[in-house]
Amino acid sequence: MRNLILFIWKNNFFVLFLLLELLCTYLIVMNNGFQRARFISSSNAVSGSVLETYSEVEEYFNLRYTNQLLAMENARLRSMSIASFADLSSGNIVVKDSIHKQQYSYIPAKVVNNSTNRRNNYLTLNKGYKQGIREEMAVISGTGIVGIVKNVSENFCSVMSILHKDVKVNCKVKKEGSFGPLFWEGNDYQFATFTDIPTHVRLLKGDTIVTNSYSPTFPENILAGTVESFTIKSGESFYTVKVRLSTDFRKVDYVYIVNNILKDEQVKLEAASQTDKDK
Amino acid sequence: MLNELAKNGLRFLLLVLAQVLIVKNIDLGRFINPFLYVLFILLLPFETPGWLVMIVSFFLGLIIDMFYDTMGMHAAACVFMAFCRPSVLRLFSPREGYDFGTQPTIQYLGLPWFLSYAGILVFLHHLLLFYIEIFRFSEFFSTFFRILLSSIFTMLLVVITQFLFYRKKEEK
Repeated sequence: MRNLILFIWKNNFFVLFLLLELLCTYLIVMNNGFQRARFISSSNAVSGSVLETYSEVEEYFNLRYTNQLLAMENARLRSMSIASFADLSSGNIVVKDSIHKQQYSYIPAKVVNNSTNRRNNYLTLNKGYKQGIREEMAVISGTGIVGIVKNVSENFCSVMSILHKDVKVNCKVKKEGSFGPLFWEGNDYQFATFTDIPTHVRLLKGDTIVTNSYSPTFPENILAGTVESFTIKSGESFYTVKVRLSTDFRKVDYVYIVNNILKDEQVKLEAASQTDKDK
Repeated sequence: MLNELAKNGLRFLLLVLAQVLIVKNIDLGRFINPFLYVLFILLLPFETPGWLVMIVSFFLGLIIDMFYDTMGMHAAACVFMAFCRPSVLRLFSPREGYDFGTQPTIQYLGLPWFLSYAGILVFLHHLLLFYIEIFRFSEFFSTFFRILLSSIFTMLLVVITQFLFYRKKEEK
């Protein structure tokens, strides 16, 4: 013990150096995100690979049981699936509630015709005037926005998909709220363009883009897509974002037509204030 | 002694302010980030004990870190620099040792001495600082290039500052 203290005393300069550098390292690792992430991930790499190997081996012993579980789950899901039931209704579901006034009702429909390779693409759905479809209703799928109803016949309607030069959907960055128009520039059917995002917004690849509440057509917070890349065009002070559309238009099959029950009220009110302003 | 303390305190304050208010805003591209404030460590008197240099350097780095949002990085580099200072001083010491009352400046020991003394320390400081900042090996050579260019610019600023503030003072 005495020798140790003597040693430290003799080398006090070096010991102080080590102590201060350790303190610095602690500060760096605790306070700087990038260094912390690197530090933790590299120290986890060793323990992680050991655990991973272990669980890979263990999985083998459980395969029989896992298979049984999966088979049971499959049977249960199959008996619950739509295909196991005969369709008796027209599919129009209305909820009666005295506290919440229902604003949107959803009408399921099947895509019977579709295109993605033209500049202006349309879908045809198997629901029409008789089932309550009107012009300018929004169309969404389970994975995100699809388009806006353009023409309605007795039993069919045609829908301008997002892949149409006249369709602009008001969207926002979900985590933050900045909004702008989302539209298709006519290139790849998987990507749309989203503009007017101010440059102080911290965008990241993968950020979610959803519809916002300003449009009378689309309900709020319907998924539009995720950020793929973003640039600032020269001379502009906002981002132009390339968005990977969440709906795969080549595969879209079943969709929902959105009926905004309060839309007329909103549009009339806005039109009234608009004429007031014009006077 | 008290005079010396006040002089160094003032220098500390002025160099920190100059670094965060002026030099930080000089934009010379991605490869050149000069750090003038290390001049404070360079100019501490010879008689300052090593542990004191190290602790003062630590706090100097910490204050710079606060302004640069890089908690601990400048502090680590400064402590390293202070650790190396005695060895470098010994390396370039005149045959009879440093005269009492002289200071590690161009005025006392000449430009060649100062360039080699300051050059090595500035380079070591930048070496540690930039590699901590990058924290990976994949950009080893481009970072090294940054270190070289930044060191040269820091040296340029250091020498200019010396000539600005110590010109023809205390002619011997």
